[in-house]
Amino acid sequence: MTNEPAEPVIALRGVTAELGARPVLRGIDLSVGRGEVVALLGANGSGKSTAIRTIIGQVPASGGTIELFGTPRRAFRDWARVGYVPQRTTAAGGVPATVTEIVSSGRLSRTRFGVFRKADREAVRRALELVGMADRAKDPVDALSGGQHQRVLIARALVAEPELLIMDEPMAGVDLASQEVLARTLRAQVEQGTTVLLVLHELGPLEPLIDRAVVLRDGCVLHDGPPPRAVGQHALPGHDHVHPHAPAGTEPIRTGLLS
Amino acid sequence: MDILAYDFMQRSLLAAVLVGITAPAIGIYLVQRRQPLMGDGIGHVAMTGVGLGFLLHASPVWMATAVSALGSVLMELIRWYGKARGDIALAMLFYGGMAGGVMFVNIAPGGSNANLSSYLFGSLSTVSPSDVTAISILAAFVVVVTLGLRRQLFAVNQDEEFARVTGLPVRALNLLTAITAAVTVTVAMRVVGLILISALMVVPVAAAQQLTRSFAATLAIAIGLGVTVTISGTVTSFYQDVPPGATIVLLTIAAFVALTVLAAPLARRRARSAAAAHPPVDPAECAIPAMRGGPDKIGV
Repeated sequence: MTNEPAEPVIALRGVTAELGARPVLRGIDLSVGRGEVVALLGANGSGKSTAIRTIIGQVPASGGTIELFGTPRRAFRDWARVGYVPQRTTAAGGVPATVTEIVSSGRLSRTRFGVFRKADREAVRRALELVGMADRAKDPVDALSGGQHQRVLIARALVAEPELLIMDEPMAGVDLASQEVLARTLRAQVEQGTTVLLVLHELGPLEPLIDRAVVLRDGCVLHDGPPPRAVGQHALPGHDHVHPHAPAGTEPIRTGLLS
Repeated sequence: MDILAYDFMQRSLLAAVLVGITAPAIGIYLVQRRQPLMGDGIGHVAMTGVGLGFLLHASPVWMATAVSALGSVLMELIRWYGKARGDIALAMLFYGGMAGGVMFVNIAPGGSNANLSSYLFGSLSTVSPSDVTAISILAAFVVVVTLGLRRQLFAVNQDEEFARVTGLPVRALNLLTAITAAVTVTVAMRVVGLILISALMVVPVAAAQQLTRSFAATLAIAIGLGVTVTISGTVTSFYQDVPPGATIVLLTIAAFVALTVLAAPLARRRARSAAAAHPPVDPAECAIPAMRGGPDKIGV
């Protein structure tokens, strides 16, 4: 693999975005290098999901520049290099669909005109094995638990064998067994050199994988550096991170980082 | 089969088969993206096209195709750009389309609402040879789009946000879905009628879902059911002298009810075998968790 450290996989400069009339991003700079695992943290409403959705083009950016693999996003066509895991709630259709059917749609970026060959079917099977869902291949997705559904969505992102994985709250509402499967899957991807940008509410079981944390507050980058470490009582195993969100500036920054 | 001795019945049966295939084939995507009533809206807009056809002495089928395609594109644009007022704009389009149809037919020389009636409710005897040609061409288009692009349409209508990241032209596919739905409405309007066409897009899909667990099986059964009810409805209509559209839709709803009743024991059996094959995950989760951090809160 040729390493081009100069060229970030994701580069955002001064990105602004509005939802309706409300400014949600107020000038975000974010750079993710090849092979890096970056967590986007922040409280609810801080703009972390919107930031991800401007990167993939679901929310239009009103200002600034976005580049993927060194290409301006509008001109970017090489989507097979990108795997995306949206928030689970967005992926529900009104017609039954099996696990295989859902995962297969992630392979479209590798096919010509959507024609599936043997290699594509093989890739779908492999992706399901990666997340431990091969035995549920023919089951309808609405019969799965939240954690199993999330594993299916990760398989759908991995089936095109992407170099960059973008995930929006992959651990939200996921049972412990699935959290472990997800953490293991992600670790294997990172070991193979996959670049990862993920939105997290708190670092949780993925903490050892994360190289860098970017913390947003009110649509601005508050912190960009090593992941914050939980200290004191927050670091105790099983600590439930529940506390009122204090107004900005009245507490040490560290507390805000994990909320 | 004496029924096939009549030319008009041959034409009607051919049109009925094409409707039975195309309506559920596009309808499944409308159900999937949770817009099952879109066909209804397009049917209303198509009335303006029929009216214009009478007024301009053009073929009502082609006129309706053009106008409803335009209307469906407009609906799709409202869906993109429309914010809070989107539903109001759609209502305007529906009612405007219907009113336009009635107005144009009555302005047309020698025209009256009676001309419109066969388009509203469907009619066997009025399917002309030129209608059959138009219907066949349009149905071929619908089949090519809905079956040929089924993986792409499945992805876009299942999860638009994800489809964008697979590089699919999401907007183009949404527009294509809308136009294909419009074309299907005009394929069906001679047999089922504009008022009832939406039922044939939605009900066979809903009925098939009672039995199926995959998208592919739902599509196949919905089309099979669609063809069965359109043929049997058309034949019934010939022998009993009842309107074909209403007969077909009532048969479809009867099929839905029958399948729903039949499916209940099937669903129970599946749930039992699923529970046996995949015991509930992580039984420890069911235990009452230790009071984490509880003591802190007790202290006064």
